[in-house]
Amino acid sequence: MMKRREFLKSAAVFVSGAAVSLSALELLDPHEVLAQNPELRWGFLVNTYNCVGCGMCVKACKIENDIPLEANVTRTWVERYVITKQGETYSDCPKGALNGFTSKQIDQNESGMKKIADADISEAFFVPKLCNQCSNPACVQVCPVGATYSTADGVVLVDRKWCIGCGYCIMGCPYGVRFFHPVEHTADKCTFCYHRISNGGNTACAQACPFGARQIGNLKDPNDPVTKAVLTERVGILREEFGTNPNVYYIGLSKEVR
Amino acid sequence: MKRHVWRPLYVVIGLVAFILVFRFFYVPTDFGVQERGYTFGYHRLQNEQEWKDYPAKFKGSAYCAECHDENATSIAESGHGIIPCEDCHGAAFNHPEDPETLSIDRGRDLCLRCHSQLLMPSSQRNDLPGIDPTGHNAGIECADCHNPHNPSLEDM
Ligand code: HEC
Ligand code: HEC
Ligand code: HEC
Ligand code: HEC
Repeated sequence: MMKRREFLKSAAVFVSGAAVSLSALELLDPHEVLAQNPELRWGFLVNTYNCVGCGMCVKACKIENDIPLEANVTRTWVERYVITKQGETYSDCPKGALNGFTSKQIDQNESGMKKIADADISEAFFVPKLCNQCSNPACVQVCPVGATYSTADGVVLVDRKWCIGCGYCIMGCPYGVRFFHPVEHTADKCTFCYHRISNGGNTACAQACPFGARQIGNLKDPNDPVTKAVLTERVGILREEFGTNPNVYYIGLSKEVR
Repeated sequence: MKRHVWRPLYVVIGLVAFILVFRFFYVPTDFGVQERGYTFGYHRLQNEQEWKDYPAKFKGSAYCAECHDENATSIAESGHGIIPCEDCHGAAFNHPEDPETLSIDRGRDLCLRCHSQLLMPSSQRNDLPGIDPTGHNAGIECADCHNPHNPSLEDM
């Protein structure tokens, strides 16, 4: 017969040993791995001056990534900002700009459509938005099951097989880029077209843009046009104060843009 | 020691063992802490490959030019040369096998995306030739008068 003390001891060792997840024992040092593969980190450059608000990027994104066209969700969208000479700011984004901006009427939701006379407009421009693929993604930190994660080359992805649809990440994103996929019934977001860029292609939105308002590049390559622009031009990022360290940079960002 | 002390302990041990066995079979072996560490990189490694294998739909204008070189040449020399074919004709998918033809959208809405006149002083939109959608030949398709592959007004 086993003594009680011995039994408890070996039971405690067994339970605690077995309870440690096997994967946790294979801890990798992130710096070590990054050092092995330092040559790739995806970044994105948006030139707001070049954007004409045609919405071809939104349409292309939805087709490429199987987001139903008529569903009220989208991985990327374009906002219009109109600033009057009196200093008021109006903005809208009809259907995420899937069909572009064809009207002077600005959608003000419950207060209806607003038309601003050309003579009153001091500034007006378009701002394309997409996932910022943050270096410190809040959405990833809040996932309770490890279904969303950041890859070594800096893209935040969602594992559709692992996602339980709790919606924490949708609430956690400061930029509102995540949504519930109406067909897959999981959280969904922009992947920088990971399937295209990983196989040598361009993102669907950047390829669809006739005006070069969107560009993807490798921030680790000093000769990449995106990297050069980020290093030498006056670029901005969205909501810097959140400390998320976005990898989407904007040329021509102004204080009115939220 | 009395049996009634042991019994609940067996239940607990059994439960723990069951959860561990279940976890062993349910969680894939490649699930764990990857490159970005525990906070950002805790995931199923295979999923990265699954995303890389997602089918692409858009092929790019260079592909279209392989067969439709006539259209490609005429548009390249025009003001519309910067617009990718698939913006107006939709994604290629596996065209010309499946679908055999791509859509031809002769609707006004397609052109108005760029040509509806808006005053956007700090945007390139201001530089595009604009028309008033309700005033400029309303009700008639733009392609009836303008050639989408060569929109030059002189060649009309
Ligand atoms: C391998 C050759 C090939 C390539 C590449 C190709 N097409 Fe086609 N395309 C065809 C054929 C063949 C047809 C059928 C012609 C017909 O029915 O008259 C066709 C038909 C079309 C039509 C309909 C023409 C009509 O008169 O109804 C459009 C529009 C079109 N293609 C656009 C494109 C675009 C845009 C691309 C690039 C994404 C492309 N095609 C790439 C071979 C090709
Ligand atoms: C600005 C939008 C636009 C772009 C960009 C565009 N097309 Fe078209 N395309 C049209 C429209 C509209 C028609 C229908 C013309 C008509 O019915 O008169 C058409 C017709 C066609 C046809 C049918 C037969 C013909 O010759 O008219 C083919 C094939 C075609 N396009 C291929 C292409 C290819 C290849 C490209 C890229 C090099 C391209 N298109 C770019 C709008 C566009
Ligand atoms: C993606 C944006 C875009 C779309 C969509 C588009 N165009 Fe254009 N269009 C342009 C650009 C850019 C120019 C060239 C302007 C220049 O040369 O400065 C142009 C030029 C023109 C011109 C010549 C105007 C001039 O003053 O010379 C006409 C006419 C025209 N487009 C008609 C059309 C028609 C018809 C369609 C729909 C089949 C269409 N466009 C769709 C962007 C677009
Ligand atoms: C009935 C024929 C007709 C139709 C339909 C038509 N246009 Fe025109 N369009 C013209 C003519 C003629 C001109 C040149 C004279 C002028 O400026 O009115 C022109 C000029 C233009 C210009 C140049 C304007 C400028 O100031 O440089 C653009 C852009 C244009 N059209 C776009 C369109 C678009 C987009 C549509 C469809 C929504 C369309 N047109 C429908 C006949 C037509």
